[in-house]
Amino acid sequence: MNAEILATRFHFAVNVLPKEGILDPQGRAVEQSLPHLGLAGIGQVRVGRRVELAVDAPDAAAARGLVEELARELLCNPMIEQYAIEALGAISAARREVGG
Amino acid sequence: MSVRVGVVVFPGSNCDTDTVWALSRAGAEPVELWHEHADLGGVAAVVLPGGFAYGDYLRAGVIARFSPVMRAVAGYAADGGLVLGICNGFQVLAEAGLLPGALLRNRSLRFVCRDVAIRAERVDTCFTHRVPAGRVLRMPVAHGEGCYYADAATLDALERDGQVLFRYVDDDGNPAGVEDRENPNGSLRAIAGVINAAGNVAGLMPHPERAADALLGSDDGMLVLRSLVEAAAERAQGGSATGDGVAARAMTMATGTGQ
Repeated sequence: MNAEILATRFHFAVNVLPKEGILDPQGRAVEQSLPHLGLAGIGQVRVGRRVELAVDAPDAAAARGLVEELARELLCNPMIEQYAIEALGAISAARREVGG
Repeated sequence: MSVRVGVVVFPGSNCDTDTVWALSRAGAEPVELWHEHADLGGVAAVVLPGGFAYGDYLRAGVIARFSPVMRAVAGYAADGGLVLGICNGFQVLAEAGLLPGALLRNRSLRFVCRDVAIRAERVDTCFTHRVPAGRVLRMPVAHGEGCYYADAATLDALERDGQVLFRYVDDDGNPAGVEDRENPNGSLRAIAGVINAAGNVAGLMPHPERAADALLGSDDGMLVLRSLVEAAAERAQGGSATGDGVAARAMTMATGTGQ
């Protein structure tokens, strides 16, 4: 039984950032603090949000499809934000049992 | 007989009781609508009050959008029902796509809580027909994410189609620039409130229910709430579903009270 892989748990991160050209007062505030730190040469700071999550699905394509839908419907407002999905690896159910 | 107006209560709503009180003063029979119920109970209008629905986690208003009551509100709005969103309620309507645009973090990054001056850009709607044309209204804002944003083409279309309902103005009634103190959040084109193309869904960041008694410093908010309650009553009594009755009365008022 233990050898059979029933499902795999896929880990993802969804990185959400303000769209290019959208007012990003947080990014601006970080930029304005740079002189106080004595750091030079840093610019174009944008502050966004990173969401990490796990999806149980039969395969990677199905898992990514669900994450795409979540990102589009909830995590990101396409009017003001853009997102990028990052795959962080997968663990199969059987191996997870072995691992305890 | 007074008309029933629903006030949605989300976990984290905090202006619901004030809104109920102010709607009563405006002549309505307010009905609280719990967020888990998809039934609006036959009300003649719905108000989404201010607060921090679902903690404002992720983005202000976005999680509320998926609640059972909001599915009902979306259907109600699609059928022409009157819906007004105040502050967080405006954010919910924008996230739900029932109103155009988005509310970004305030340009100052500060939560802003103070009285502002606004002007109704139209006084022929179900939400503003009681407002004298050109009158500067005073009411409070209290929000951290009220910076109205839409792309330039959308803004132009909103202006062209008369969907800008309220603007932040100076004491003389002139629209405030994005960096001006009179514009509390840096909203593009000083937009404080918008209305949908069909004219039955509107939202604004300032709080009319907090300006509902002269003792509180202003009762200008009652002009907005009375407009809504009267429009709702007219519909409940089988009056014009298109708001023509209200619009006709508004025209008369505008002529009578012109600046």
